[in-house]
This record gives sequence, structure tokens and C-alpha cells, in this order.
Amino acid sequence: MSFGKLLERLLHLVPVLLGVSIIVFVMMALTPGDPVQIMIGDQAVTAEQEAALRHDLGLDRPVHERFFVFLGNVVQGDFGTSFYHRRPVGEVIAERLPATIELSLVALIVALLTSIPLGVMAAIKKNSVLDRLATVGSLLGVSLPGFWFGILLLMLFAVHLQILPVSGRIGYSSEIEPITHFLLIDTLLRGEFGAFVDALKHILLPAITLGLPMTAILMRVTRTSMLEVLRQDYVTFAEAKGLSRRRVLFRHALKNALIPTVTVAAIETGSLLGGNMIVETVFGWPGLGRLVVESIFLRNYPLVQAAVLFYAVTYVLLNFVADMLYTFLNPRVKL
Amino acid sequence: MTLTVDTPQEQVESIFRRNLASFAQNGLAMGSAIVVLLFVVMAIFAPWIAPHDPNETDLFLRLQPPAWAEGGDWSYLLGCDALGRDILSRIIYGTRISIFIGASVILVATTIGILAGLASGYLRGWVDVVISRIVDILLGFPYLIFAIGLMAMMGPGLVNIILALAYKEWVIPCRVVRGETLATSQLEYVEAARALGASDRHIMLKEILPNILSPVVVVSTIRMAHVIILEASLSFLGLGVQPPTSSWGSMVADGRAFILEAWWVSTFPGLAILLLVLAINVASQGLRDAFDPRFAE
Repeated sequence: MSFGKLLERLLHLVPVLLGVSIIVFVMMALTPGDPVQIMIGDQAVTAEQEAALRHDLGLDRPVHERFFVFLGNVVQGDFGTSFYHRRPVGEVIAERLPATIELSLVALIVALLTSIPLGVMAAIKKNSVLDRLATVGSLLGVSLPGFWFGILLLMLFAVHLQILPVSGRIGYSSEIEPITHFLLIDTLLRGEFGAFVDALKHILLPAITLGLPMTAILMRVTRTSMLEVLRQDYVTFAEAKGLSRRRVLFRHALKNALIPTVTVAAIETGSLLGGNMIVETVFGWPGLGRLVVESIFLRNYPLVQAAVLFYAVTYVLLNFVADMLYTFLNPRVKL
Repeated sequence: MTLTVDTPQEQVESIFRRNLASFAQNGLAMGSAIVVLLFVVMAIFAPWIAPHDPNETDLFLRLQPPAWAEGGDWSYLLGCDALGRDILSRIIYGTRISIFIGASVILVATTIGILAGLASGYLRGWVDVVISRIVDILLGFPYLIFAIGLMAMMGPGLVNIILALAYKEWVIPCRVVRGETLATSQLEYVEAARALGASDRHIMLKEILPNILSPVVVVSTIRMAHVIILEASLSFLGLGVQPPTSSWGSMVADGRAFILEAWWVSTFPGLAILLLVLAINVASQGLRDAFDPRFAE
């Protein structure tokens, strides 16, 4: 893809991001409840103090002016003040973000490591018991409600077998001084192998729950794409040349079969964002998703607004990366 | 010799019947469709089927186990929740919420999606630009986050949950209809209708729409399963239908606090969601295979 095309695609993002910001702003502007009253709470304040606070928050200005102020602030990374934490929203979100990113990445790895081998095996052994099991498994994977699957895993592994923890990111006895705020990396950097295993045990069930629908989808995509590639002439030719089945499959077929898997994985990474609100709530995972759900009940609207905007912008950018990846891996496709 | 020529309407009907017959031959898909139908029947006749009042509390029955477990009672087949309410009756009534919300969202979204998609694909020009930009923007939100944002704005409630889900759902049928309309509007019979002076409205609704309905029906069925899971997810988070109305998602959430001592409180409502969603998914795959030959292996 030429630089011009890339720039053109990037420019297409501008109206989408602007539209997303308008919707998020309107969503919160129409939310019932006066932010000033929410901030004041039970405190006794005079009418002048209330008016001053309203002025400071810019709530005495017309809606269209407030939108441009909001947009200007957002561009500068200022998302307002969290009513509940009494600190800048950006700061609160930044504290919770590493936990969410770490969980999403481990879920992605779990999904890729399980879906690709299963999808390839199902394609190689088409119509076998394994293939049928994989098909049923993928149907179950997209039909299982994540919150319920998470609770079932908790009941089995944390309550009955008691081999994995119920909630949190790490046990109290394993807590360490953070470096990157990604606990799996930090524990290794500090040379605390026991703490690493503890963090791994904590993340396993949430990551499996979050990655399940993605695993199901990627397995179907890998299977279909592998079947398609195995029908191609160059695979027949490689076999006719006398190459071993293993070499044909892994050297020739798999490389091409994985192109759709990689691009779908990039698209589906965006959908992990929606899922982490549920999974973090079920497993008491101290990430951004849980913070958003808590903030809704606390009527902490600046935080909800900033988080929804953050999720949407990340989602748009991930879809953009998926588009680019698809063009890069498939030179025949012109976007 | 008599020569009979089918009118376009008759041709559409015969294709429809042929596809339906092909669907009926798929045993698994038909079985799943029957399961979905049973859920619908259960939703309609809930007051006659449910053994107890779903909101009747009895603290003497608090966390009573299912009938076959120790301490169970056959008049409370699936046991009771923390307030002593019959889980089976609540699941039966919960079917109403899931199916009503799923069907309403799909109905509203499909209607808007069809109209917007037809206008976008047939009229083109600024109409297409405006609708396509709105679709792009709405696709920029992860679904659940968009719904959560809207529910925070509108507050919980049955109508609000339908609106929150339909606001974004319509873009899916809209994209399908737009694509199909773009292809269909170039065909000869549409050109002929235009040459005969038919109005845009007539061409869109009477000529194009009947011929592109199959993919829309298939997509809507697939999406219904997704909408049911979304509704359950919102209810699980406490943003959906409010107590005491029974909803499968909130029933699973209620049982979370008791997973140590009462596994049945969360397990059975979750199983109901899985069964209904799985049945819709399998039936819609069968529909897709029958109505869209590109997908049949």
C-alpha cells in the first residue's frame, strides 16, 4: 500500500472519530442528574459557591460551546475530574489500564494458541470425530454467555477443586513493587518466580473466559481457510513432488491459511474490549471495565464518558490496523 | 400446447418454498427451530406453565436445592433462590423477557435497517453519504460499551434496553440491504420498472425489497442470538430489566454470591440462555445454508 493510500485511510478516520466524540458528548449531556449536585453531595454550600462550581465546570455555557471545550480538552488529554476519586479522570484510567491490557493480551494469546492448532487439525481430519467436536465446540463458544461461563469456571476450579484463586490480580503475599504495571512482566523482572506463578494463576480463568468467543471464531476461520488452501494446485503440486505431508502442511499450506486468521484476530481484539467489562466484574479484576461499571452506579459520569470515548477510539484504531494488516498480507486486495 | 410464464412474484415464492424445503431436510436445524418454538410457547403461556408465582418469596425455602438433591422438594424442581423464589418459574417468566427484547430489538432494527439500506443503496448521492457515515460512526463503538453508555444515560427499564440495543443493531441489516440493493438495482427488471415510470418508492418496496429479503431474514436470525446474550449481559451488570421482574442475566448475577453453597441459583438460568442461543445459532446456520447457496458446503 502506498503512503498516499495510507494517508487517505487515516483521513477517513477523522469524521468517524469526530462523530464518535459527538455521540459520547451528547450521551453524557443528556444523562439525567445535575453534575454539580452530584459533586456537592451532602455538603452545605451557598448558592454563590454552587454557581462558581457550575462556572468552573463550564456547565453555565451553551451545549455547543461545551462540546468544543470538551473536544479541545480531550485532544490535550484532559478528561475532567472524577466525581468519586476527586482526581483527574485520565489519571484514574491510566492506573486501571495496565490490568485491562494485560488481561486482553493474555486472552488473545490463549485464543490464538488454542484456535489455530484445533482449526488446522479439524481441517486436516475433515469429517472426523475431532472435526465434529471442533465444530460443536465453536458453536458452543459463540453461544455461551461469558458471565455464566466465568461463574462455571470459578465454581469448578476455585470452589470445588480449589486450584485457582477466586478473584484479583495477585495474592497479598506475592505483591511486588510495580515497574511496567504488567504483573506477569514485573514479577519476572524482579526475579520473583513464585509471584509470577501466582499472577498467572489469577489471570488464567478471566483470560480463558474472555478469549472463548474469539477462540471459537478463529477456529472456524482457520478450519475454513485451511480447507480452501489444501484444495489449491500448489499444494497438490508440492505433494506430487514427493514432499512429506508434514512439510506440505506446515511450510506451504499453513502460511497462507493463517492470513484470514491473523486479520480476523486483529478485528476480534476490538471485541475483547466489550467483553472485559463482564469478565472483570465476574472475576473482581481491577481493570478499566470494572471501573466503568462501578462508575455508572456511582453516577461518576466524567469517568464513564472518558472510558466510553477511550474504548471507541481504541476500537476504531484496531479496526484500522486490521484493515491495514489485511491489505499488507493480501497484496491482491485493494482497499 | 399452453405456455405458462411465472410472474416475478411467483418466481420469488417458488424459490422461497424450495429454500424452505431444503431447510426442513436439515434435521439438526429443524430440531433447533423446534427448540426455539418451544421457548416461544413457554414465553406466551408462562402463567399457565409456571408452577409458582415467580416473585413469591418464602424465606423458609431460601436456597432450597433442586428436587433430586438432598433436601430438595419435587414441587420446586430446580430449587429456590436466596429469597425463596422458585427458580423454574422465574426461568419460565424470564423467557418472556429474553424473547420479547430479542424479537423487539430485531424487529425495530431490521425495519430501520431495511428502510435506510434501501434508501442508501437505491437513491445513492447525499442520502447514501449521510447514512454510510452514520453507519461508520456507530460501527466505531464496541456494541456492549455503546449499550452500557446509553443505559447509563437513559436509566434501566424494558423500553430503554430495547432502544439501547436497537440504536446500534440497525446498522447490520442496513449494510446487508444496501449491498444487496446496489447489486439488484442494476438488474433488468428494475430498469424495466423505471422505464415504465414507477416511482422510487414503488421500485424500492415492491420490486427490490421482495427479492433481497432472504439474506435479511438470515442475518436477523443470527443477530437475534447475539441480542439475547447482550440483554442478558446488561441485566447481569444490573443495567437491564429491574427487580423483581425475572431476567435470566440478573438471575445469574443473583446467584454469584452463593456459588459456594448454592450452585443451582446461577447454573440453571445460564443453561437456559445457552440452550436458547445455541438453538437459534444452529437454526440460523441451517437457514443460511438453505437460503444462501454460497455458504452450503
